[in-house]
Amino acid sequence: MDHIVQNIQGIPLNHYLIFCSIVFAIGVIGVLIRRNVIIIMMSIELMLNSVNLLLAAFSAYRGDASGQVFVFFVMALAAAEVAVGLAIVIMVYRNTKSVDLESLSKLRW
Amino acid sequence: MDNLFILLLFPTLSAIVLSFVKSSSLARGFGLGASLVQLALTIPFVCAFIPNAEVQFEQALPWISTLGISFHIGIDGISLPLVLLTNVLIPLIILSGFRKQHTGSFYALILFMQTGLLLVFTALDAFSFYVGWEIALIPIYFICALWGGPDRIRVNLKFFVYTFLGSIFMLIGIIYLYQQNPNKDFEWTSFIHLILSESEQRWLFWAFFLAFAIKIPILPFHTWQPDTYTNAPAAGTMLLAGIMLKMGVYGLIRWLIPIVPAGVAAYGSLVFVLCIVGIVYASIIAFQQQDAKRLIAYSSIAHVGLISAGVFAWNTTGLQGAILQMVNHGIIVVGLFFVIDILEDRTGTRLLDGLGGLADRMKKLAAFFLIIIMAGIGLPLTNGFIGEFLLLKGLFQVHVWAMAVAGLTLIFGAVYMLRLFQKTMLGPMESKYGAVKDINGYEVLLLGVVVILIIVIGVYPNALLRLSEASVTRLVQQISF
Amino acid sequence: MIELIWLIPLLPLLGFLINGLGQNVLPKPLIGILGSGVVFASFLISCVLFGEVNTARSAGEAGTFTYQLFDWISVGSFNLSFSFLLDPLSAIMLLIVTGIGFLIHLYSYSYMEHDEGFGKFFSYLNLFIFFMLLLVLGSNYLIMFIGWEGVGLCSYLLIGFWYKNVDYSSAAKKAFVMNRIGDLGFLIAVFAIIATFGSLEFGEVLPAAAQLPMGDTALLLITLMLFIAATGKSAQLPLFTWLPDAMAGPTPVSALIHAATMVTAGIYMIARSNILFTLSPITMQIIAVVGLATALLAACIAITQNDIKKVLAYSTVSQLGYMFLGLGVGAFTGAFFHVLTHAFFKALLFLGAGSVIHAMSNEQDMRMMGGLKKKLPITYITMLIGTIAIAGIPPLSGFFSKDEILAYAFFASPVFWVLGFIGALFTAFYMFRLLALTFFGKFRGTEEQKHHVHESPWQMTLPLIVLAVFAAVGGCLNIPAALHGNSWLAQFLAPIFADSQTIAQPFHLEHTTEYILMAASTVGALAMAFYAINTYRRNVSVTDTSKGGVLYKLSYHKFYIDEIYQALVVKPLDAASRAFYKVVDRDGIDRLVHAVGDFFILSGRGIRQVQNGHVGFYIFMMVVGVIAIMVYGFLHV
Repeated sequence: MDHIVQNIQGIPLNHYLIFCSIVFAIGVIGVLIRRNVIIIMMSIELMLNSVNLLLAAFSAYRGDASGQVFVFFVMALAAAEVAVGLAIVIMVYRNTKSVDLESLSKLRW
Repeated sequence: MDNLFILLLFPTLSAIVLSFVKSSSLARGFGLGASLVQLALTIPFVCAFIPNAEVQFEQALPWISTLGISFHIGIDGISLPLVLLTNVLIPLIILSGFRKQHTGSFYALILFMQTGLLLVFTALDAFSFYVGWEIALIPIYFICALWGGPDRIRVNLKFFVYTFLGSIFMLIGIIYLYQQNPNKDFEWTSFIHLILSESEQRWLFWAFFLAFAIKIPILPFHTWQPDTYTNAPAAGTMLLAGIMLKMGVYGLIRWLIPIVPAGVAAYGSLVFVLCIVGIVYASIIAFQQQDAKRLIAYSSIAHVGLISAGVFAWNTTGLQGAILQMVNHGIIVVGLFFVIDILEDRTGTRLLDGLGGLADRMKKLAAFFLIIIMAGIGLPLTNGFIGEFLLLKGLFQVHVWAMAVAGLTLIFGAVYMLRLFQKTMLGPMESKYGAVKDINGYEVLLLGVVVILIIVIGVYPNALLRLSEASVTRLVQQISF
Repeated sequence: MIELIWLIPLLPLLGFLINGLGQNVLPKPLIGILGSGVVFASFLISCVLFGEVNTARSAGEAGTFTYQLFDWISVGSFNLSFSFLLDPLSAIMLLIVTGIGFLIHLYSYSYMEHDEGFGKFFSYLNLFIFFMLLLVLGSNYLIMFIGWEGVGLCSYLLIGFWYKNVDYSSAAKKAFVMNRIGDLGFLIAVFAIIATFGSLEFGEVLPAAAQLPMGDTALLLITLMLFIAATGKSAQLPLFTWLPDAMAGPTPVSALIHAATMVTAGIYMIARSNILFTLSPITMQIIAVVGLATALLAACIAITQNDIKKVLAYSTVSQLGYMFLGLGVGAFTGAFFHVLTHAFFKALLFLGAGSVIHAMSNEQDMRMMGGLKKKLPITYITMLIGTIAIAGIPPLSGFFSKDEILAYAFFASPVFWVLGFIGALFTAFYMFRLLALTFFGKFRGTEEQKHHVHESPWQMTLPLIVLAVFAAVGGCLNIPAALHGNSWLAQFLAPIFADSQTIAQPFHLEHTTEYILMAASTVGALAMAFYAINTYRRNVSVTDTSKGGVLYKLSYHKFYIDEIYQALVVKPLDAASRAFYKVVDRDGIDRLVHAVGDFFILSGRGIRQVQNGHVGFYIFMMVVGVIAIMVYGFLHV
């Protein structure tokens, strides 16, 4: 167990930070620029997972397990979110024959 | 039976039961019966009332005790005439709805409104007062919105938002007073003994005044009123003009002036002038109105202008006149609006140019109408005269010219009221109205009660004046500015 | 016996209620008998009470009785009771109101027999008597005010009695509104009296006023306001125009309300408050001038009118002007004496005119009459007596009362006398013109009318005869000392005017001066009478109104006063009404209210553009928001 921690600590924390920020940014940009709902959901997963990774990294560096507990919470939540989200997507696809986000602009003034 | 809560509880319960009644004949009987029982329930309180004592039949229930809110009600000489007025007029208003086939919900709303009105008139706790103030607004909104004229939705929205706007300012004022109150409660007695700085009183004056002025309505805040009166159903108009606007005047007497005397001292004369200008202004507008209801709406603005001026004169005579005239005005406008409703029902129009010569076909109606109009003009031996006399006397004590200008209402009132009578009743009869039927049954009953009240109060006003005498005198001595 | 006093007004009220409620049920004779009967009963009680007062006066007492019914209005320290006052002044007025009232009820029984509103008419007349009695009997200004307004209401109802005619109902409305202007004055005076004296009871106010100095400003306000009230009710300048229009009512109404009783209420009120007026010389002068101006103006108009009732109406205005002149120069007894004699002869003249109109099938235009002397002998003789009386030819009643007023006027200022004398000449002229046009010469009506003309039944002629007797001998009530009379009326009324008489400059004229004045007016009146009869008995120039100079046109068109009022008051007010409604209320205040709502609606309309439905945009805004919060957080930590 210890050598895993040491392996993780072998890489400087900054690398984790930079890497996670980049992955998070990719997720954000994906959400912003893509119109396919499924890809947007994947981008959201990317954001969540970048945060998960960061939580795990901090947890390992600080020797505090609560960060990793949070990772499990987030993963459970993400699973639930994806289940609901995909259900919505399927319903949308049934009604509009499309998974394009622009087809969901009915709800406006 | 001597628990004052029964007066609030009974109409509420009746309203709940009534709202499930679908048959119109059953609803009418039940509604009228309930309002009459309510009137009967009032009688013990009137009999047991001691004019010289302070607030009586007090009842307090803790409501939200963490905030010091209690459900505190009671009656004194100022509220008793208005409670009486409400309970006497509601049966008449219910009776006026008998022509149409209403389901129980119509009468339920009227009775529910009665609860709100009575709560306003009896509340001794600012929170309860505010609750009653808003409760009264809900049923009248629905009465107007469901059974009103063609333009009802737009007009009703304006009325609702306008009055609600005023109430919000009052709520802010009440909450501020609560914050300043060392006892941390909403009691009337603690509010009037609060020590407030002059600048606080000044803005509080406007916060409260706006709510009351919109409801009354006083001159620049009146434009919702003619539209609403014209578009509301007869019963709604009677509730609005007969009772609801008295909430505003009552608010002036009970809350505004005692709580912020320094504010009144600062702005009272401005408001006083507004009231008097409003009398002349509204009377002049009434000269040329075509729609009978709108004409009476403007005349009503003139009348309540005089009443409010009497309140701001703040002397025993003016206040006694104001209280008496509130009662009188309620009785008179209920009669007037009912007559207009009958005319509209029989002829299909309210426009004066389309009417005329109806006295030929409707002799009984013409006689009742004339008496009610004379009361509106303020002819001696009708109740209208006593009220106007006392109000003008109260104004005279403040300022001769104020009284002289306000007295123009004697002349102007005669002009527009007699025009109303002439244009509807007199002149050659239009042939299309040849088959119009005179009033009968419950219509005679309603107008008969109105006329009897008009004459009885006109001949023996002391019966009412004695009820409020002591309370008014005490209030005037207690609060001065 | 004073305990019976409440019955006097109550009986007519009962008559009103019964007749009013049963007007469609009760048979006509019953209505008539009931309506007249209650007034006759009141008259009998009034006679008894008059006897009481007379006895008291003979015994040297003041003859004043008060009777309290109940407390009417009490507010704070102000308490007003509903109570009656019987004194010499009200006792005489009682007799006039109930006595002449009864005669006119009797007359109406026949005059209105074929009218469908018979029951309504009698109930209104009864109501009028009730209010008039309240006015007369009230022991304070407010009870008087009840009657004051109440008779205005009855006047409104009776002028507009034939309500299907729009002109008539407009005339009624005009009368009511013009009276209301005066009533506002009355009300202001009432408040001023309360403020000054703390009471409204005659018994307290008048003695207290006598203690005040001459020319007190409070008194000036009170008296001016009371005078405005009197100009409304008694049809003086500038509020007199309603009275001629009031002739739209049935003729008995004109006789009772618009000649004998209601219109003299103003004089009665001023006579009752005489001490207040004596102490305000400015008001007295205004009264005298207004009275004189009214008397002359109305007399000028009366000369050219062709409607028999219009002539009498303007004559009434003119005679009322004389009474005000009398009040203004301090001849309170004289003015009241003229009220009395005027009630006799003017009621007589109106009833006579009614008899003529009745006989001529509702023709009122004198140009269509003529030569009725033979056909209506009783009417002719009684009207002749009335005409002589009003023209001021001795020894009939009008001479004595008018002479007393003119003598006082001469004492105050010879100018007043000269103008009054000219007015008296006019009076004689237009009255004999009326007589000549109606009764002398040839018949000018249609054949049908000629066939129909007949003398009226006894119910109509009896009142004429009774009134003619009083018009003839009424002068005996107050024969002046210069004619070796005992001035009974002046003696009788002495307690009422006692305070004024001690304050005012005592009236004194040499007997020779008085004789000269009397002779002048007698000769003048006689000359005018003969001139008028000579001119108009031969039907010359009667039918043509288009000819004539500017003065004639002015007089014929009543000096265009109605048109002036219309242009100066009515039109501007109506225009103001429309402008206030349209410009100020709808486009001004209401627009402002709507502007507040519009502001929120418009801003909502602008802001809601953001809710465009594009989820991508929402996410983008969210990200922007998150970044903004982070930036804010970094900057402020």
